Amino acid sequence: MNVALWVIALVFAAAVALALLARRGHEMNLEQWSVGGRGFGAIFVFLLMAGEIYTTFTFLGGSGWAYGRGAPAFYILCYGTIAYTMSYFLLPVVWRYARERQLVSQADFFVQKYESRALGVLVAAVSVAALVPYLVLQLKGLGIIVSEASSGSVRPSAAVWGGAVALMFYVVISGVRGSAWTAALKDIMILGVAVGIGIYLPLHYYGSYGEMFRRVAAAKPGFLTLPDRGNSPAWFVSTVVLSALGFYMWPQYFASVYTAKDEDVFRKNAIVLPLYQLVVLFVFFTGFAAVLVVPGLAGSDADLSLLRISRATFGGPMLGLIGAAGLLTALVPGSMILIAAATILAQNVYRPLAGSVTDHRVSLLARASVPVITLVAVWLTLRGGSAIVSLLLMGYNLVTQLFPSMVLSLGRRPLVTASGAFAGIVAGVATVAYIFLSGTSVAALLPWAPAVVQDCNVGFIALIVNVVVMAVVSAATRNRLLEK
Amino acid sequence: MPQPTTPRRRRLYHWLALIPPLGMLIGVPFANRVHTLVLGWPFLLTWIVAWVLLAAACMGFLYKLDHRDTTAESSGE
Repeated sequence: MNVALWVIALVFAAAVALALLARRGHEMNLEQWSVGGRGFGAIFVFLLMAGEIYTTFTFLGGSGWAYGRGAPAFYILCYGTIAYTMSYFLLPVVWRYARERQLVSQADFFVQKYESRALGVLVAAVSVAALVPYLVLQLKGLGIIVSEASSGSVRPSAAVWGGAVALMFYVVISGVRGSAWTAALKDIMILGVAVGIGIYLPLHYYGSYGEMFRRVAAAKPGFLTLPDRGNSPAWFVSTVVLSALGFYMWPQYFASVYTAKDEDVFRKNAIVLPLYQLVVLFVFFTGFAAVLVVPGLAGSDADLSLLRISRATFGGPMLGLIGAAGLLTALVPGSMILIAAATILAQNVYRPLAGSVTDHRVSLLARASVPVITLVAVWLTLRGGSAIVSLLLMGYNLVTQLFPSMVLSLGRRPLVTASGAFAGIVAGVATVAYIFLSGTSVAALLPWAPAVVQDCNVGFIALIVNVVVMAVVSAATRNRLLEK
Repeated sequence: MPQPTTPRRRRLYHWLALIPPLGMLIGVPFANRVHTLVLGWPFLLTWIVAWVLLAAACMGFLYKLDHRDTTAESSGE
């Protein structure tokens, strides 16, 4: 066992121990397990929400995009900022309602607002369909990180199994408290590691940031601006807007809103989180530094750029710390995803189907479904295939379909009917599925449209279909209600 | 749940929150035309980071104003 591996194993053990300790002094009913008894202060809520910024997707993908595509990577900095601005107004409203009605999942919100359990089951199905690929991506990232940091001495499959089993274990025992405590460790490590290497590597290899960008631009002309077609400004702006709308629609982040003990937490977070996500800058810098240091990583191998340049630069202990930080970026979001998926299955699928059941049973079932979801995710991870990345993109588009009916229900009464919301989500999801399974683009669908329209993110089409169907069905069903 | 019944004119400043997202995104096509490095960074990146900082400042400003409102409310009750 090399030094790097020892460091990773140590941090991993510390994270699991912290997560297990987090349970102390709390009776684990469903409300405690899923939403921490609605007692989290500003720091824990901050850590859970910051979880979205540093998943393996941003750690590996952020540097990978900077390395492989250049300027288009900057979109990652924009959508968070816009989502946080919206959160200032949106989340306190969601939180008040969730607290008043004792909600534990995102699907609960739809059930109560629209007074429709069927809508809850639909939202639950969409959520789980989006969450499982997201979990698979975290596990896949975990496997890559551990195997790269250990210089190949641990096989990815062994790392995936080890990570998944530990994850399953502490999620069942500690629930969202475990996520919050490990998130604290994760953020300390990420701050140190991402900022540290993002400052060190450019200066070490190029002398200054300016020199790094100058040499990268000389080697790859146009790399530091958006291209005229493809990932053009139109693509950039449309993707940012779509991602910002979908941001809080991920069930695990929507539910993390419920953990707060007062609503002012969100307003404070809206000030600090934009600043905090600037740490992604240093992940970009690492990716740019890698362009000339470890050239030749093509396609999805670009995601390895951060780890490869680290391997080329650092010795065991530092490599171990980088690997451990990466491991935690998989564990924390992974645990939140597991909790959200398990809560949704028990609360919004099992409970309405089973008729009258006790809260205790629902709580037990939620925890019992954790191993099942984990095993499905491990199986999908090990079965491999690059289809996973497109599944994740599809997942993002799936949860975004929940945005219109969520935002239209924020007032005292929803502006559309339950049937309208149901039909809109179904139409939107069907469109997303069609778009992704057929691999089409706006350019293929609208060959006559101007370039600006053609480059737009194809997810917009699904959102438009969703809203139109929702409006039409809602108008029809509302008239019928009035006739009665 | 009682909705906040503050008079409209007092919450008009909430529209300020629109400025950073709009400024950031509307500026992207224009910032993207600058192909030279500005102060060592790609201009597009500088532009985005500047707006991220402004967004944080803007939300801080709103928070201050909102906080002033709530303290005035509670002392008025």
